[in-house]
Amino acid sequence: MDLTLTEKHRALRDEVLAFIEKYRGVAPSPGGGRKRPDAKVLEWQKLLLEHGYFARSIAREYGGFGAPQDLIEQAIIADAFSRAGVSPGIHNQGISMLVPTLLEVGTEEQKRRWVGPTIRGDIIWCQGYSEPGSGSDLAAAKTRAAVDDGHFVINGQKIWTSSAHYADMMFLLCRTEPEQSKHAGLSYLLVPMNTPGIEVRPLRTMTGRAEFNETFFTDVRVPVDQIVMSRGQGWHVANITLKYERLLLGDPNKLQQRLEAIRRMMTQPGPDGSRLLDRAEWRDRLLQLQGEVMAGRHHNLRLLSEQAEGVDSGLGRLIVKYHGTMLGHRLASLALDVLGSAGLHYEPQGETGEDDTATTWQIDYMYDIGLIIGGGSSNIQKNIIGERGLGLPREPKAAVPAGGN
Amino acid sequence: MRFGLTEDQGLFDRSLRAFLSDRLSLETLRRLAEPGTGFDADLWRGLGGIGLHGLLVPEEHGGSGLSMLDAALAAEALGYYAAPAPFAAALVMAVQAFHSAGDAGQQNEWLPRIAAGEVRISLGFAGLAGQTGRAALRLDGGRLSGALDGLMDGGEATHFLAYLPDGRAALLEAGSVGTTVTLRRSVDRTRALADLDLAGVAPVALLQSSNDPLAAARRVCDAGRVMLAADTLGAARNMLDRAVAYANERVQFGRVIGSFQGVKYMCADMATMLEPCRAMVWYAAYAQDALPEEASAVAAHAKAHLAEVGREVARLATEVHGGMGFTDLLGLHYQFKRITFDRQVLGGPERCRHDAAVAQGWIAA
Ligand SMILES: Cc1cc2nc3c(=O)[nH]c(=O)nc-3n(C[C@H](O)[C@H](O)[C@H](O)COP(=O)(O)OP(=O)(O)OC[C@H]3O[C@@H](n4cnc5c(N)ncnc54)[C@H](O)[C@@H]3O)c2cc1C
Repeated sequence: MDLTLTEKHRALRDEVLAFIEKYRGVAPSPGGGRKRPDAKVLEWQKLLLEHGYFARSIAREYGGFGAPQDLIEQAIIADAFSRAGVSPGIHNQGISMLVPTLLEVGTEEQKRRWVGPTIRGDIIWCQGYSEPGSGSDLAAAKTRAAVDDGHFVINGQKIWTSSAHYADMMFLLCRTEPEQSKHAGLSYLLVPMNTPGIEVRPLRTMTGRAEFNETFFTDVRVPVDQIVMSRGQGWHVANITLKYERLLLGDPNKLQQRLEAIRRMMTQPGPDGSRLLDRAEWRDRLLQLQGEVMAGRHHNLRLLSEQAEGVDSGLGRLIVKYHGTMLGHRLASLALDVLGSAGLHYEPQGETGEDDTATTWQIDYMYDIGLIIGGGSSNIQKNIIGERGLGLPREPKAAVPAGGN
Repeated sequence: MRFGLTEDQGLFDRSLRAFLSDRLSLETLRRLAEPGTGFDADLWRGLGGIGLHGLLVPEEHGGSGLSMLDAALAAEALGYYAAPAPFAAALVMAVQAFHSAGDAGQQNEWLPRIAAGEVRISLGFAGLAGQTGRAALRLDGGRLSGALDGLMDGGEATHFLAYLPDGRAALLEAGSVGTTVTLRRSVDRTRALADLDLAGVAPVALLQSSNDPLAAARRVCDAGRVMLAADTLGAARNMLDRAVAYANERVQFGRVIGSFQGVKYMCADMATMLEPCRAMVWYAAYAQDALPEEASAVAAHAKAHLAEVGREVARLATEVHGGMGFTDLLGLHYQFKRITFDRQVLGGPERCRHDAAVAQGWIAA
């Protein structure tokens, strides 16, 4: 264990703090990733990339800052932004899930073509995994891509596709080898959303907005080189993306940011002039969550350290999504309780405006349940933790298949 | 920068665990726990043989001068095997007490004897740590009187270190005139608490050379809290491992019960709660040596969080074993009671969280 800051690290910390002080006025409000980045967000992203506070260790030829991988630098930057309550940049499906997937298994050409514009926020991606008949059972996907004249020809339907209504591209899991077994017949394609034959129909969610969609494919043609790895390896690639999705969904820096925001709310005097932080029962609720967030953050440092050393964290990694999303929901729950009846005010501004504090927390509180379900539900995470993490036996297959599809 | 254990630490951890697993068969544990003193001369000597006595004592005083993180690994291993041996107070807090408030002469005199395993100090606070029980001590004309309950590592202790409300600490010899020691067998038969009644006892040493005695006492309490957190981590991990093993072998309805999701999810929940606790305990231990501004808050948080997680794991792991879990047969209850004990000693979670709020400047003390 060695967490000492070198001269260089201390300088970086001072530099980041000075940056935040200087520029926090032009920063967009933290969170987001559920709307197309507007000019303010894109400007902020550009500023972060220039200073190396985003995509710090992604190579320059792919559009990153090109600094050597340094765990403590990463931690210093994340910590400074989350404590200050300032946006750390865009975290969407393209940036946090597709980019690391391409960096891991993409071709040189794919990395050069997609990584730069994606991390700048110019290209927005959506994730085409779930179908009406296959959610948790993702490998049962039926959307079909047949090869014809140097193209994949895609037919089928995806559902719950977040951001599809404004996305430029989709990473799509589909069946290219129908004669192969369930898991071996899949491929992972990169599909421009403006290709003829794609139809996106928004689905309204419990937040009252339409964050996700149904996506229909009718004879959609994509060149055969728009594939990550090769035909039949889609399940492998999809799981790499899921690995990053689960780390994103359980991100402890986001939890830290929320905790700080709630603590600040609790230091505001209420109508009677007193602060909730001075009341033992409220303070204890906050402190309990602080302890849990603390455990999550230190756990994350351990995982980053293991990752840097090429050690597979196994169980340690498998628990992150379940742990983080459940904790996120409990933080949002405390925020609603702190706001009380004044926090019931609810006027979502849609995708053009900025929501007020009460509305934002109400949306987060609901959306968190979506995050508990999406990316592999809590139950699916527990199956994985139990079976892959702890070595418990799989559920036996049902002797008689259930009806329906 | 590296967040993790060194190779040496891994080695130390494995050899301590190998020793404990070899020494503490369930049969032996049962026998050693029976008297409830939390002490066995053989086991104590054995632990000395692998360097536990002088773990934190500097090399110039005959120890190995290791770090608080090494001590936390040891505490975790002792918790895992529910070892009936003095540790948190006798080998960690006592050493920390001499470091933070003992003068050079006192360190010269006592640290080598701790490292040699011949002095075993039981320790308790009047006030500071938030334990329940009597805590009324006064020092008049160099003599100590009053009552102090719940001193840790009380069984077979050679000395008692009693913290006064002002943060100074008086070292007393067991059996000195005016000292009455009542050993309380605790629900955790692997560790005992001692109650002291003192009538004008002359201390053999007074640790008072810190210019901020309360802060010095706080550091000792913090070190103890980290050790108890680590102990719970070990005990809870043991219970989870055994629950998983049992779920893989017990058959009902023609299947091993671990293939039922209800059972699998209990195990997954335990693992999800427990896994981040390792890093939390490592960090808290490391902070005691290297991050003074955070040390107190993270020690309090680790103690509180492990107490909450420990309680859940203790229940769930017992439940996974069905009726068998409730019996004495498996001995799962030794770890269960270890967790019960750790939660209350040096302040329960509410108290610890309160201390964390104070340490972070959220509220006044
Ligand atoms: C906010 C949100 C955003 C999303 N965004 C996207 C996106 O961008 N792209 C995309 O492709 N998908 C997306 N999804 C879909 C998401 O991945 C699926 O909803 C999820 O995988 C669950 O699938 P399902 O909805 O079909 O539920 P089902 O699979 O029908 O599950 C219903 C219930 O059954 C449980 N269950 C199912 N199988 C098991 C099992 N084997 N063991 C125990 N319990 C089980 C589940 O835990 C759940 O509680 C999103 C979902 C949400 C809520």
